[in-house]
Amino acid sequence: MRPAKRRDLVSLVCTQGVGVRFGGRRILRDIDLSIRNREIVTIVGPNGSGKTTLLRVLIGAQVPTEGKVVRKAGANIGYVPQRLAIDRTMPLTVARWLRLSGAPKAVDYQHMAERVGIAQLLGEQMGSLSGGEFQRALLAQALLTQPALLVLDEPTQGLDQPAIASFYRLIEAVRKEIECAVLMVSHDLHVVMRSSDHVICLNGHVCCEGPPTVVSAAPEYQALFGFGAEGALALYRHEHDHSHDHADEADSRVG
Amino acid sequence: MLDDFLVRAALAGTGLALAAGPLGCFVVWRRMAYFGDATSHAAILGVALSLAFSLSIFIGVLVVALAMALLVLALSERVYAMDTLLGVAAHGALALGLVAVSFLSGIRIDLMAYLFGDILAVGRVDLAVIWIGAALVLVLLRVRWQALLLVTLNTDLAAARGYDARREQLILTLALAVLVAVAIKVVGALLITAMLIIPAAAARSFAKTPEAMAVMAAVIGVISALVGLAVSFQWDTPTGPTIVVAATLFFVAPAFAQLTGTRH
Repeated sequence: MRPAKRRDLVSLVCTQGVGVRFGGRRILRDIDLSIRNREIVTIVGPNGSGKTTLLRVLIGAQVPTEGKVVRKAGANIGYVPQRLAIDRTMPLTVARWLRLSGAPKAVDYQHMAERVGIAQLLGEQMGSLSGGEFQRALLAQALLTQPALLVLDEPTQGLDQPAIASFYRLIEAVRKEIECAVLMVSHDLHVVMRSSDHVICLNGHVCCEGPPTVVSAAPEYQALFGFGAEGALALYRHEHDHSHDHADEADSRVG
Repeated sequence: MLDDFLVRAALAGTGLALAAGPLGCFVVWRRMAYFGDATSHAAILGVALSLAFSLSIFIGVLVVALAMALLVLALSERVYAMDTLLGVAAHGALALGLVAVSFLSGIRIDLMAYLFGDILAVGRVDLAVIWIGAALVLVLLRVRWQALLLVTLNTDLAAARGYDARREQLILTLALAVLVAVAIKVVGALLITAMLIIPAAAARSFAKTPEAMAVMAAVIGVISALVGLAVSFQWDTPTGPTIVVAATLFFVAPAFAQLTGTRH
């Protein structure tokens, strides 16, 4: 499953010497990275390490002060933002939200709603959804844009453990169906280490990067997160004791 | 038919309300009420300049409103206390306009007409200008609707789709300036924001989607304009404010019903 030779794959987006300054502060420097077709890349790093800024540069929301970003022409980016505050003055049903993807046919978004488990909520207001349902609605819209690259910024923030586990299972499953690359920022290190092809450890610059096993053994990574390789592995082993299917989690609405 | 001043007034109010409803939704969703105030209060300065240089009021107001909107937009990217800045801009522009008007000694000017509108004095040319301006606003909103909604919801999400938040903001700003220019004759500089916000706010409780809210806001605006016109003709009240009062009732009535409903 894991691509043995990263170099051979088509690059969807890559950066060359990217740096970002806000005022006098240097948020990012010397970022050279590349996201390739169908791989799962995770960015980890402490708070304030520039993770969100890097994502914003990659999706085109932030123009870098140095360096350049090259995106493959015609490759859609499906973006799931960290937070989406829908002003209470804007009425928005789940169905209308999904149609904002530009998916032309009702069949498409109904099918997608079913796929992520929110089909029964199509007529509800976005503001009335639970945390888990809301994240699924965000994911569904991103997927409806037929992305070559799915970008998620801490998608499970504020969810409880079962909801986090089921959300990641959902991402893994739909990724296989759609065959898109996934780029995400995450704090769920155990999940990251289990399912990523490539991990980028960020702290203003790229501290270290590589396959999860290599990164978790790297001294830079251990220094940044304050534990040894066995810490991440212990969490990883822990992860195997649940297996519900995604339908039975009524998410945080119940919990 | 257009010979009757009441018919012209009704048509002017209808045209304005049709455009103000949907545009007002964005003003409400994006919390731009003060932005609307700053832009529309600058209109008085536009009136003064138009009279001083013998320009059409429409052109003068359009240019000044647009300049004001762009100025505030540019400043807002650098300064953080946005409400203070907008408060300064809105009231400063109004005061500057009033002072500028006082310099026009040779010209008799009915200031009240520009502050509160003079819909009964709308002529054929005014009517054409109002409808062309309203149509322009509606076409702009229709063409950019998807992008405007996405940018309003989340600028990063919009950027990932290839929409430029700044560009969409400029489109809204332009639409707002055009609306201010056509509205000054109908409801006057002080009540333009009311025509933007009140029908949209009233429509909120009836709508489930953004589009439904935009349509409802337009409908509520039109009904308010016609009711306000009829009432002001009947009881000889000032027309612009009466229209705004009618719109306010649309907002207050459901809220009031809800309030009394929950008590039982």
